Amino acid sequence: MRYMHHISETIDSICLGDRRFLRMPSLRTLKLGVQLVRQFHPSTKQLATFTFSASKADPSFGETTKMNLCQAVNNAMDIALKSDPSACLFGEDVAFGGVFRCSVGLQKKYGKDRVFNTPLCEQGIAGFGIGLAVAGATAIAEVQFADYIFPAFDQIVNEAAKYRYRSGGLFDCGKLTVRATWGAVGHGGLYHSQSPEGYFAHTPGLKIVIPRGPIQAKGLLLSCIRDDDPCLFFEPKMLYRTAVEEVPIGDYQLELSKAEAIRDGKDVTLVGWGTQLHILMEAAEIANEQFGASCEVIDLKTVLPWDVDTVAESVTKTGHLLVSHEAPVTCGFAAEIGTTIQERCFLNLEAPIMRVCGWDTPFPHVYEPFYLPTKWRVVDAIKKLSNF
Amino acid sequence: MLSRLSRLGLPTYAAIAHASLAPIVTHYSTAETDSFRVHEFSEKYFHHRKAQFTEKMTLIDPLHAPTIPIYRVTDSTGKFVDPSQDPNFDKEFAIDVYRKMSVLEQMDKILYDAQRQGRISFYMTNFGEEASHIGSAAALQDDDLIYAQYREAGVLLWRGFSLHDFINQCYGNAKDIGKGKQMPVHYGSLEHHFVAISSPLATQIPQAVGSAYAFKRVENGRIVVVYFGEGAASEGDAHAALNFASTLRCPVIFFCRNNGYAISTPTNEQYGGDGIAGRGPGYGIKTIRVDGNDFFAVYNATKLAREVALQNEPVLIEAMTYRIGHHSTSDDSTAYRSADEVKIWNKKEHPIARFRTYLIDKGWWKEGEEIEWQKNMRKEVLTAFSEAEKVQMLGPHEMFEDVYKTKPLNLIEQQKQLDEHLQHYAEHYPLERFGMMHQKD
Repeated sequence: MRYMHHISETIDSICLGDRRFLRMPSLRTLKLGVQLVRQFHPSTKQLATFTFSASKADPSFGETTKMNLCQAVNNAMDIALKSDPSACLFGEDVAFGGVFRCSVGLQKKYGKDRVFNTPLCEQGIAGFGIGLAVAGATAIAEVQFADYIFPAFDQIVNEAAKYRYRSGGLFDCGKLTVRATWGAVGHGGLYHSQSPEGYFAHTPGLKIVIPRGPIQAKGLLLSCIRDDDPCLFFEPKMLYRTAVEEVPIGDYQLELSKAEAIRDGKDVTLVGWGTQLHILMEAAEIANEQFGASCEVIDLKTVLPWDVDTVAESVTKTGHLLVSHEAPVTCGFAAEIGTTIQERCFLNLEAPIMRVCGWDTPFPHVYEPFYLPTKWRVVDAIKKLSNF
Repeated sequence: MLSRLSRLGLPTYAAIAHASLAPIVTHYSTAETDSFRVHEFSEKYFHHRKAQFTEKMTLIDPLHAPTIPIYRVTDSTGKFVDPSQDPNFDKEFAIDVYRKMSVLEQMDKILYDAQRQGRISFYMTNFGEEASHIGSAAALQDDDLIYAQYREAGVLLWRGFSLHDFINQCYGNAKDIGKGKQMPVHYGSLEHHFVAISSPLATQIPQAVGSAYAFKRVENGRIVVVYFGEGAASEGDAHAALNFASTLRCPVIFFCRNNGYAISTPTNEQYGGDGIAGRGPGYGIKTIRVDGNDFFAVYNATKLAREVALQNEPVLIEAMTYRIGHHSTSDDSTAYRSADEVKIWNKKEHPIARFRTYLIDKGWWKEGEEIEWQKNMRKEVLTAFSEAEKVQMLGPHEMFEDVYKTKPLNLIEQQKQLDEHLQHYAEHYPLERFGMMHQKD
């Protein structure tokens, strides 16, 4: 009993005291969840690498409540399942609530036929999801870590992305959304840290979306689930519990393929997505304090098809562009942004476009602090851009 | 599982294992201390199948177990071996079956030659597998959803996809309902509930399971049938699909065409077990192996499988047949198999010839009718062919359609770039074959 209490407390603190998330099927599954949450739950020490910048939701979305990113995802899926009786949520270990607790309570609420475990096989999960969508059902597939999406690469790239095109519009799997946890987490090593958006960005037919916080996670996930094209939704696992803000409780969507300037500036444009946005925000602040550089920070949000206009407008104004992502630099999505902006804004650019990214190595375990494109590397790059 | 599978009249893998383990099972332990584990293993690990211990150390040797038998209804001469298995078709239905099988063969001959003359870019024939297509299709409901590999044109033909539709697709002309995007023989038809074929092998198998799951949830009385070759069954997606269908209890029929070759690779380099059917029971899937050149056997088995699938239980059918034609027009199969082998299957064991014998025995078809029928059919295919040849392609703008539901800005921009380019360099492109250049903005 004491042990049970201890676990409840842990979950409680993780889920910010929301007791709805405490309905667990058994002690065994509860323990499993807690172990996995602990394993990939950023500790205080690791949190020191960045500070979350909370956003304000559009007041027209109505009443708000505090949610972390994990709860925002849960809430979005709850709304999606409620508003669409064809919607199913499936993947490895989603039935008991998911190893990151994103699907807690949903099976109990919507039934075993709508929220269910699959065998441990990513190509099967993706293929099965495509089939559901082809038959007209809404499919929300979970891949436990983006690092393990590669067995499903063929189904996503050759099948999901090309379904509508190759059949001349007769068939499509637009109602498919694949969710996967994504990005660095402090100690995830090679296979619990990857950011594979660059691989998929080379695939016409897909949409790729990455939120920077709970408000965007809920609105963008609902848009992905309801969009008519197959979407990959990458959830920065570092933010699951560290990112907390006032999220509208109702049903709302945020437009896909729409970037957002979250900090105004006139000297340098900084572009990123996911966790890296918060690094950029901090770097912008430091650059301003230390050498008076005024940075405009843009959250790309949708990696494919991406919002060229918003970035180009900003660069036209600032004349400097820095793109930053956790993924390795060579052929990372920053390369695409850099080339496109160079074509669009050649006459406005006053310095070479800079990329501050992960190094071209696998994602290391103990060297993570040196691998990541930290705020200091960004500050250094802003300084070089300003002095060019 | 043993009893459920034996209802199909088949010895199961479990039964086979039992047979080879016969001396062992008398030694299983009944100690009271084992009861917890026996209970746990039975309930939780084997899903209520009985677990037992043995003190005799024996490896199960699949090479010495009997293979799953091949269900047949007629012999090579088209005669019923067991009259109780005769589905008793009426004359009209039987003649329709025969005609559809021979139209498929005729279309294959003409389109194969057309590729050889360079008039279409690629083709794949269905020679020798006509009975497995039409036999299975005829046993289904016409709105059961089909996922095919690429050598199942007979299923579409049975459902009324016209010769024009087939040939327009192979040309990729403006009348192709797939809009000229895919290689020839990659057919698809929403109207005929036949999902557009794609080249990557086996990808359709787990997709079929997903669609079956959706059907189960809406209780629409439909099932899903997915076709694949024995080579495709080696792909990881085949494993994924069988396992998902079993655990998620989906109304799906897995129809494997085992025709002996995957391009040049013979089956002994494809698998070491008892074919594809031998795998079904390992996944907890009801399984049957049939003579794929016996229309009646394929028909009966598919009909039974459909009834089982409707109870939300997947079924695996392995149809044993032979790929008489080359793998495709890009393949010369004489490089890896003997002409004699092909000749025997083509002359003595051919599914269409076998069905014709049945019709003649019934007095429903006469040798004299055959010549007239062949002549008319050939004319019909050639007419559709020459009509398709005259139709132009859609304009190049079509290339940018259907990537997404709504064309994104980058594609609008790229389409504009192509237009500008063509304004200056039009003479270097085959625009005369693309009639409707500005059909869309």
